[in-house]
Amino acid sequence: MDDRFFRIPSGCGISGIMSKDRKFFSGENIIKSIHSMIDRGNGLGSGYAGYGVYPEFKQYWCFHLMYEEPEARKMVEEYLKEKFEMIHSEPIPVKNVKTLSFIPILWRYFLDTRQTSEEYETFSEEDCIVQAVMFINTHIKKAFVFSSGKNMGIFKGVGHPDEIGEFYKIYDYKGYMWIAHNRFPTNTVGWWGGAHPFGLLDWAVVHNGEISSYGINRKYLENSGYTCTLFTDTEVIAYLFDLLGRKHHLDFETISSILSAPFWFQIEKCENQEKKKLLKILRIIYGSALINGPFGIIVAKSDCMIGLTDRIKLRPLVAGEDDDFYYIASEESAIRVVSKNIKNIFNAEAGKPVIFRTNGKS
Amino acid sequence: MAKVKKISEFLVRRDEEKCIRCQVCCRMCSNDVHTYVEENDSILSDNLKCVGCHFCEEMCPTAAITITKNPSEIRENANWRKEYIYDIEKQAETGGVILTGMGCDKGYKNYFDHIILNASQVTNPSIDPLREPMEIKTFIGKKPDKIEFEIEGNNMLIKTEIPPQLELDIPVMFSAMSFGSISFNAMKSLAIAAKKFGTFWNTGEGGLPEQLYPYADRCIVQVASGRFGVNISYLEKAAAIEIKIGQGAKPGIGGHLPGEKVVEEISRTRMIPEGTDAISPAPHHDIYSIEDLKQLIHAIKEATSYKKPVGVKIAAVNNVAPIASGIVRAGADYIVIDGIRGGTGAAPKVIRDNVGIPIELAIAVVDQRLREEGIRNQVSIITAGGFRKSSDVLKAIALGADAVYIGTAALVSLGCHLCQKCYTGKCNWGIATQDPYLTKRLNPEIGAQRAYNLLRAWSLEIKEMLGGMGINAIESLRGNREQLRGIGLNEIELKILGIKHAGESW
Repeated sequence: MDDRFFRIPSGCGISGIMSKDRKFFSGENIIKSIHSMIDRGNGLGSGYAGYGVYPEFKQYWCFHLMYEEPEARKMVEEYLKEKFEMIHSEPIPVKNVKTLSFIPILWRYFLDTRQTSEEYETFSEEDCIVQAVMFINTHIKKAFVFSSGKNMGIFKGVGHPDEIGEFYKIYDYKGYMWIAHNRFPTNTVGWWGGAHPFGLLDWAVVHNGEISSYGINRKYLENSGYTCTLFTDTEVIAYLFDLLGRKHHLDFETISSILSAPFWFQIEKCENQEKKKLLKILRIIYGSALINGPFGIIVAKSDCMIGLTDRIKLRPLVAGEDDDFYYIASEESAIRVVSKNIKNIFNAEAGKPVIFRTNGKS
Repeated sequence: MAKVKKISEFLVRRDEEKCIRCQVCCRMCSNDVHTYVEENDSILSDNLKCVGCHFCEEMCPTAAITITKNPSEIRENANWRKEYIYDIEKQAETGGVILTGMGCDKGYKNYFDHIILNASQVTNPSIDPLREPMEIKTFIGKKPDKIEFEIEGNNMLIKTEIPPQLELDIPVMFSAMSFGSISFNAMKSLAIAAKKFGTFWNTGEGGLPEQLYPYADRCIVQVASGRFGVNISYLEKAAAIEIKIGQGAKPGIGGHLPGEKVVEEISRTRMIPEGTDAISPAPHHDIYSIEDLKQLIHAIKEATSYKKPVGVKIAAVNNVAPIASGIVRAGADYIVIDGIRGGTGAAPKVIRDNVGIPIELAIAVVDQRLREEGIRNQVSIITAGGFRKSSDVLKAIALGADAVYIGTAALVSLGCHLCQKCYTGKCNWGIATQDPYLTKRLNPEIGAQRAYNLLRAWSLEIKEMLGGMGINAIESLRGNREQLRGIGLNEIELKILGIKHAGESW
């Protein structure tokens, strides 16, 4: 069943590893970490996002496309050529894994935005990329953009994490940050686009949970110019980060105070009057962006990785560090399996963000 | 033509064995139904005078009285119902417009009864409101689209000024009921309850009695077409100001408080001579268009230094969504929409029962329209018109309302039995009357406690339902129509309501 037009609640496992000083490392450890939590998925979806994986094309936007029909590829390529300068295009290299099925046609494109375009006078470059993604996903049938950042890539599909890792040969890529997802959707799916991570520009999100506020979050985003094409909770989270971070210029702490807003009684108790005022204003303005219902998420952007849970922590999230890396995962075991000398390991507090930056600050 | 012999609507039955001739019923009934006959120590009851308010039944110490509908079967049929035949008889006699009170009692589809709520199972844990915080705090007023700030060092300096807001501890307020249409004691009961619970009450269009100034900070005052009681201290004392264009019970119609109800205190509060009729014209005679409304909104904002929200109340009519959009663009901070089932103290029956649209549909189309236009943030939507229970409130919020006004439900908590005779001024429960003999029956302290209890009960029920859905803040339900499903609705109804049918998953 194609789940593209239905909203699928799912339980999941998530994991993220980030090098403290932007050292490159292969995708091997992230496969190991996410695969250690195999019980948290059911073989119906997993995926990876790697940052720094396309050093030779790092100044270009990279689109990953999945096609269910060859015809769709022609239409997308025509559209992309018209809108952008296509620097390079190729099929995404994959390995035959017998246990996988419903495999779509997978291509990647490295694109340059034409600075002469009239559109830039009214829109930013990022807005044009977002528009192109939304256009393809809503208007070109059987085509789906699943990655659209610079020097990063999302690789995902329907299968167990080890199978998907093997399929995309994740271990052949080198990145300075990886996040991964193992999915337990509550129905049968055959569509690869439904897997996580979900991304827009260089945001990538892996998400464990179900959002009860989905209906209003989605309407709020639609009023702000986003088209929700996927009907997944995760898409909504990615767009909220994009809206609040990129368009409203808010930092991660502030975004977290919106998505997992503190309770009114906590705000009342806040001693710092400025902070108290800010928290109250945020709740008044951004009530429709509050994410309600159980979730644990890892959000990555080119220079940082953050972990966040819902206000009463209905889903698990653990964070830790060793000499070289920061880690966030659903379970402690997923961190210990890749770090023998873990130093500082702790449970994320309900609704409080864990923020790790590539410059070693946290 | 012969004079028609009247048939009573109700029968008063008295169990003679139980009746102890205490004559409480005789003294209590404002309609003079019961008369004591000394000669044979009996009590006669005139069925024709009975309005079915059940006051005597509840007061009778030995439970000797039962009020029932008159089972007399007049030859009615599917088209010519009893009510219509009697109405014609009345009009043939009097040549007048038939008046009535309370909200429309006709059987138009009540969409709340065709909408059901969601709950969490397995994939999403429900939340127990007894163990976890459950937030129903609501803000009424214009909201900015985004926060503006400057970064200075490590500090975030907030540049955004939040426009004035009403802070509600429950998304339920007491609807506009004027001094004149209801008694001082009824008003005071609601004022005390609103203040104690952290919500708001509304003066209606009859001014704010001086003795209620202590509750003015929790009071929304109305500016209606009659401008009764409107002066600068009235505006300044209030928490918010509401321009009343119309009400659900009588869209397009003005109001009329008969001179006999304009007693001394009402005359002072409304600023009109004692004993004169208080006439509210159908339109405001300084508002013949949306731009005139804009001027009045800004005149009021100027007068009150932009310190309090200014709202506009309209009845839900065919074109409600574009009208609402116009009101937002005219600068209102909140908009009140009153549906066809909205109550009244007096309205022509033909208007009450035939004009307007149900509030459920109005909420859905207004919320949708304002979102499409990208101006939903600029206004709060308060809805009114026939909210009977906490689930109605929750469904309205999920459809897109910010808060709900209750009028009839609040009066029922004070004793009202919906006899629909508010316009007679003979309310036995001391609510819709100015007769001191009757008003003293309503003790404002007790009334306040009962109205407060109602709010408390509904707030607990709302929290239970929210927790069941796995939601712990009311703002996550507002406009979240995914949590609703229709049952027994056709496609066009589902489309207007913006909900799926029961059985459809996400």
